[in-house]
Amino acid sequence: MLAPFLQILILAACSFCSLFVGVADISPLDLFSLSGEQSGIFFVGRLPRLCSILVAGSSLAVAGLIMQRIMQNKFVSPTTAGTMQWCKLGVVIAVVCLPGASPILRVGAACAVSLLGTFLFLAIVNKVRGQSAVLVPLIGIMLGSVVDAGATFFAYKFDIIQNMASWLQGNFSLVIAGKYELLYLSVPLMFLAYFYADYFTIAGMGKGTALSLGLNHAAIVNAGLLIVALVSSASVVGVGNIPFVGLIVPNVLAIFKGDGVKNILWDCAWLGALLVLICDIAGRLIIFPYEIPIGVILSVAGAAVFLVLIRSGRRYA
Amino acid sequence: MISTESLSKKYGDKFVLREVSASLPENKITAFIGCNGAGKSTMLNIISRLIPASEGCAFVDGKKVSEWDSRKLAQNLAILGQNSHNSARISVEDLVAFGRFPHSGGSLAERDFEMVERALKMTGIEDLRGRFIDELSGGQRQMAHIAMSIAQDTKYILLDEPLNNLDMSRSVKIMKLLRKLAREESKTILIVIHDINFVSFYADYIVALKDGRVKYEGSSEAVMKSEILSDIYGMRIEIEEYKGKKICVYYQ
Ligand SMILES: Nc1ncnc2c1ncn2[C@@H]1O[C@H](COP(=O)(O)OP(=O)(O)OP(=O)(O)O)[C@@H](O)[C@H]1O
Ligand SMILES: [Mg+2]
Repeated sequence: MLAPFLQILILAACSFCSLFVGVADISPLDLFSLSGEQSGIFFVGRLPRLCSILVAGSSLAVAGLIMQRIMQNKFVSPTTAGTMQWCKLGVVIAVVCLPGASPILRVGAACAVSLLGTFLFLAIVNKVRGQSAVLVPLIGIMLGSVVDAGATFFAYKFDIIQNMASWLQGNFSLVIAGKYELLYLSVPLMFLAYFYADYFTIAGMGKGTALSLGLNHAAIVNAGLLIVALVSSASVVGVGNIPFVGLIVPNVLAIFKGDGVKNILWDCAWLGALLVLICDIAGRLIIFPYEIPIGVILSVAGAAVFLVLIRSGRRYA
Repeated sequence: MISTESLSKKYGDKFVLREVSASLPENKITAFIGCNGAGKSTMLNIISRLIPASEGCAFVDGKKVSEWDSRKLAQNLAILGQNSHNSARISVEDLVAFGRFPHSGGSLAERDFEMVERALKMTGIEDLRGRFIDELSGGQRQMAHIAMSIAQDTKYILLDEPLNNLDMSRSVKIMKLLRKLAREESKTILIVIHDINFVSFYADYIVALKDGRVKYEGSSEAVMKSEILSDIYGMRIEIEEYKGKKICVYYQ
């Protein structure tokens, strides 16, 4: 892997580019003499967009990593386990039941529902006998689709589908200052994950190993799922459903650097941020001046990586 | 000291371990022998709190296993289960270092690094340190797991069929290492082993299980008898003397 210094340099360079891509023309030189309109676009639109991309990308990649360790399955992630879809359902419930719900309340509702959903998923997975590694995410995707359909149905029924549009498809173009800040909730969670990284690695080595080292496996799994649910909820409420980051990034890194959570957590956060950033820039440039939503691009990339992983599953899963 | 008091384990209503009361000698190698399904792993797993007992209890240093704080117990007792293959993709060095977890809580101190180095050296797998365990051969992976248990540096070391997958020279190396740990570092070692001749050469004490009961128990000298072994394994086993050691002949 690259030296941390180089990693930061690359990310900084891409971030810099991202700030100056868009319909409204702002060049780096303009920064010194921003007109009122330009400074509005820059500080209300571009900068928050960049920050939300960095935080969502890195935290979702880390959430995926934790999930894969505690479930001991390479194919699960907030997307393939249905966690994101449960979050969406949680938001719909919050909007329907408490129309004026503040964003923090929505995150709370999303988190509660997605926790329930993820535990339900775990329970179903534990019931399926002779489960193969690939069957687990398929169950998650199926369950997720059903929940997603349910959320959309309720959104239609209660006529809040316009509100829902952004959650149905993650989209950074809707990010503006004042509407995404909850996402920063994920930052301390990532530090928490780093602090307890070894616990997640050991949980990934199995119940027996964890117990023989004096750790409570179930407690680690619960704590991990709580972090995953919180990160996913913050992301869904803040910027919408950003798919597959948690699947692609940790798996690609594990091939080179192994499964040790502490060893790859930083790389994971870095690559997650970089991946989403690059996909976002690409989405803005491909059909300029229009935008392809990030969710579409990541779905294409994610599906491709998922297929490759399944095909080489024997070796790395 | 490790002991059990009318320890029983049942699955459904079938007893797989029945009223086992034993107290095992300190600073010695104790071998558990018996047929497949006799209950050896069950007994080791209960003593090391990996599974709960149905009735009775196991004691470590006079305290019920269920009453030990799990981490404290892990500082005193290491267990390598029969099926502790994990599919995680971590390096040998990291795996062995996780053996230090009960002591270090995650941040390795000077002494932890020393113990990891020592365990790698004692088992002779220093050259594998950077390799991922999912890319090792079965025997190499087994050695790495043994090294992890040794790095844990506990008073009690429980190993369930540690010689699985190992070639002769590695098997001898491990048994010599265990003997050294028992003699020189006052470790108490409990080991499940199927190769009866290794038991004869290295074990100080033998617990022979049959159908979930302790059928024979005693010093190696006392248990290594043709009638006893024939009874335990349900086949004719003859014993020959070779340079003052007993060799079991059972291949035909
Ligand atoms: N989870 C379980 N559910 C039901 N029965 C079990 C379970 N685990 C073990 N058993 C049964 O308990 C008995 C003792 O098993 P145990 O693993 O202790 O045998 P063992 O002496 O270690 O055998 P081996 O030499 O093959 O390792 C066996 O008959 C086994 O079928
Ligand atoms: Mg066994």
